[in-house]
Amino acid sequence: MQVNGEWRPTIVAFCCNWCSYAGADLSGTNRLNYPANVKIIRIPCSCRLNPLFILRAFQRGADGVILCGCHPGDCHYTTGNYYARRRMTLLFSMLDYLGIERERTRVEWVSAAEGAKFAATMNDFVATITKLGENRRLEDLRCKE
Amino acid sequence: MQRIGVFVCWCGSNIAATVDVEAVSEALGHEPGVVFSTNYQYMCSQTGQDMIQEKIHEYGLTGVVVCSCSPRMHEATFRKTCEKAGLNPYMVEIANIREQCSWIHKDKAEATEKAIILGRAAIAKVHLNAPLTAGTSPVTKRALVIGGGIAGIQTALDIADAGFEVDIVEKKPTIGGKMTQIDKTFPTLDCAACILTPKMVDCAQNEKISIYSYSEVEAVKGFVGNFHVTIRKKARYVKEDVCTGCGLCTEKCPQKKVPNEFNLGMDNRRAIYIPFAQAVPKVATIDPNYCTMLKTGKCGVCSKVCTAGAIDYKQKDELIEREYGAIVVATGYNPIKLDQFDEFAYSQSPDVVSSLEFERLMNAAGPTSGTLLRPSDHTHPKTIVFVQCVGSRCDGAQKGKPYCSKICCMYTAKHAMLCREKYPDTDVYVFYIDVRTPGKGFDEFYRRAVEEYGVHYIKGMVGKVVPEGGKLKVQASDLLDNRQLHIDADMVVLAAAIEPDESARPLATMLTASMDTNDFFTEAHPKLRPVESPTAGVFLSGACQGPKDIPETVAQAGAAASKVIGLLSKDQLTCNPCVAQPDELMCNGCSSCEKVCPYGAITYVDKEFRGPNRTTLLRRVAQVNPAVCQGCGACTVACPSGAMDLKGFSNKQIMAEVDAICR
Repeated sequence: MQVNGEWRPTIVAFCCNWCSYAGADLSGTNRLNYPANVKIIRIPCSCRLNPLFILRAFQRGADGVILCGCHPGDCHYTTGNYYARRRMTLLFSMLDYLGIERERTRVEWVSAAEGAKFAATMNDFVATITKLGENRRLEDLRCKE
Repeated sequence: MQRIGVFVCWCGSNIAATVDVEAVSEALGHEPGVVFSTNYQYMCSQTGQDMIQEKIHEYGLTGVVVCSCSPRMHEATFRKTCEKAGLNPYMVEIANIREQCSWIHKDKAEATEKAIILGRAAIAKVHLNAPLTAGTSPVTKRALVIGGGIAGIQTALDIADAGFEVDIVEKKPTIGGKMTQIDKTFPTLDCAACILTPKMVDCAQNEKISIYSYSEVEAVKGFVGNFHVTIRKKARYVKEDVCTGCGLCTEKCPQKKVPNEFNLGMDNRRAIYIPFAQAVPKVATIDPNYCTMLKTGKCGVCSKVCTAGAIDYKQKDELIEREYGAIVVATGYNPIKLDQFDEFAYSQSPDVVSSLEFERLMNAAGPTSGTLLRPSDHTHPKTIVFVQCVGSRCDGAQKGKPYCSKICCMYTAKHAMLCREKYPDTDVYVFYIDVRTPGKGFDEFYRRAVEEYGVHYIKGMVGKVVPEGGKLKVQASDLLDNRQLHIDADMVVLAAAIEPDESARPLATMLTASMDTNDFFTEAHPKLRPVESPTAGVFLSGACQGPKDIPETVAQAGAAASKVIGLLSKDQLTCNPCVAQPDELMCNGCSSCEKVCPYGAITYVDKEFRGPNRTTLLRRVAQVNPAVCQGCGACTVACPSGAMDLKGFSNKQIMAEVDAICR
C-alpha cells in the first residue's frame, strides 16, 4: 500500500475471539500504539484459520500474515490452538518449499490480559515485514483492481 | 444483492477525535450494496438505536454495518436493535474502529483510512451473511461451587435460598477456608469465627446443599447449562456417615508429631485429626503421610477406640460424576511463601512471623490459646515491628507480585491495635510505603490505631532484620524524617502478599476460563460483568478474581449467586447459532471432522441420495448436533473435501474480509 508516496506493508492479523481479540482490545483500552497497517480479522478460534486464508491474503497482496490465539493449554475450546499449531507448522514448511520468506507468516499466543504483548508483537512484526519489503512472489496481479 | 446500511459512531470524541467519521461514512456509502450511510455521536444511545431501526424500515435494509467500539462491547446491543426492527440479528456486523483503530493511532489520516478499510471488510462480510436462528438447549438445575471458603459458602447459601441444589467441593477436610484462621475482622473487630461458623452450620443443615469436603474437581466437560463434572472424593479412611466427630481417636493416636497446618505448623496435631473444633463436616481424617497403620500396617489404635466403627483403612478415592448447569469458582488465595525475602530473616528466626501466623498467635483457639508469646522462648514480646508490602507492589523485581494485595494495610492496623489493647506496655511500629484505607470505616479505623492506640506508623521500608542475642535488630529508613532507624525488636511481623491458590491454574485449564498474568481469574468485563468469567456458565466469587477483604468477597459471592440463579431459572438456553454445517453433497463420510471435534458434536448418518438412472445411493454423511457444537471451527479446516463450513464465520465470509483488507 502506498501512503504519501511511501510504501507501507499490508498486514492481516487473524485473532481468536476469546484471547487475542480481547488482547487487541486491551491494547486499545490501554492506548498502546501499533502501526495502522495491521488489520484484524476476528475468528472464533485459531483452529478456524484455514491455511488457505493465509495463501489467499498473500495472493491478494498482503505482505505479512499473523495468527494470534490463546496460549497452548488455555484454548477456550480446549484443543483448538493445538490443531492450529500443527496446521501452521505444515504451512510453514510448504511456504519454505515455495521460497516464501519464513518471516512473512507468524503465530503468536496472546492472552486476553496481554494487551502490551499484542502491541509489542504487532510493532515487531510490522518492522520485520517493512524490512523484508513487498511480497511479490505470491501476489496475483490479476486480482488487483 | 443485500441492501446494506452503514452507521458510523463517533463515540463522543473517542472515535471522532482521531477518525474523520464524516469521511468514513462518505467513503463507505459508495461501497457496492450500501444504500444508506451516516454517522452519529452515540450510536448505542436510544436515539442512535432508534435511528438504526427507522432506517431499516425506511430503506428496507437487509444488512447493517455499525462502525463503533469492539463487538465484545456492543455487538449484542446492535443485534437486539435490529431484531426489534424485524431484521435477523445475525445480519449485523461490527467494524471495530475504537479499540483497534482510534485508540491506538494518533495520525488522523492514517486512522481514517484504516477505519474505512475495516468498514469495507465488514460490508464485504455482511454481503455473505445469512439469517441465523438460534437453537435451544436444556439447563441442568444444579450448581457447583468450587471452594468452600466464605466466598463459596455465601454463594452456595444464596443459590440454595432461591431453591436450587448446590454442591460445594472443598479440597480440605472442612469448609470455612482462610476465615476460620482469622481472629478478629476489621474494621468492626468482631470475632471471625462467630460470624463464619453459623454460616458453615447453615450449609451443612441446608437440604439443598451437599458438601464434598476433602474432594477435588478432576475433570470438567460440557458447556453452559450442561456441565459434566468428575469429582475425586479423596479417601479420608474414615466413614463420613458413621463418624460422630467425638474426637476420641484424635486424642489417642500415638503419632503426635504432625505439623498442624491449621496453626501454620506452629504446633502439632495427630495423624488422625479434625482440623478445628467447629469443622464442618465434623469428621476425622487420617493423614496418610503420617499414619503408622497406613504406612506399616501396625497400629490400629484409632480403630480400637472408635466406638462407632467409623475407621476404614481400606477406603479408596471415589470418583463422583455429576451434571451441573453452572459452576462458581471460589478457590481463594494464599499468602506467598516468604523464603525469597530473607532480608527479613524469616527462615532464620522463629520470631519473624507472617501476618497469618501472627493471627494464629493472637487467636484464642491458636497454639498459645490467645496469649501473645514469642515462638522462640515463649516470652511476652515488648517491641513488635510490622512490615507492610512484603512481596506486594514489587513491579519489575525478580521476586514478589506487581499488584497491591489490598487487605494488608487494614489487617496490620488491626493487629497493631489489638496488640496495644491487650498489652498496653508493648511498643508497636508499622513500616509502610502507603497506607491504603479505601472502604467504609477503614480510614477511621486506621486513625484510631494511630491516635487512640499510639501505634508508631513510619513511612519507609525495612532494609534488613538481623537476629542477634535473642533480639531482632531491625534496620529501617524513615522517609519523612530522612533518617536511618535501628530498632531492637522482639518480634517482626511480615504482611505477605497474597496470591491465587495453586489449584486455580489447573482448574482454569479444565474450565477453559481465562486468567490474567498473575493467575487471577479474568472477569467477562472489568466493570460491567465483574462476577462472570468470559466462559459462559462459569462465575467468579471472592479472591480468586483479585485480592479482596471479607465484605467485598461476600458481596461478590452474592452477586455471583444471583447470576447463577438467573441462569438456572431458565428452562432453555439460547444456543450460539454460529455452528458448523456440513454440505451433504460434498461430504464423503471420512470421519476427519469427527476426530477433531472436542465436543463430540459430529455423528454420521446414512442418507439416501439420488443416483444416475433413477437409482438411489446410500451414503454416509456427517451431521452436526447444533446444541452441542460450540462453533470453534476445527472441523471446517480438517475436512479434506471442504464440505464443512461454520455459520457466521464461513470460508467465503473470511475470504471476503481478507480480500477487502488487501484490496
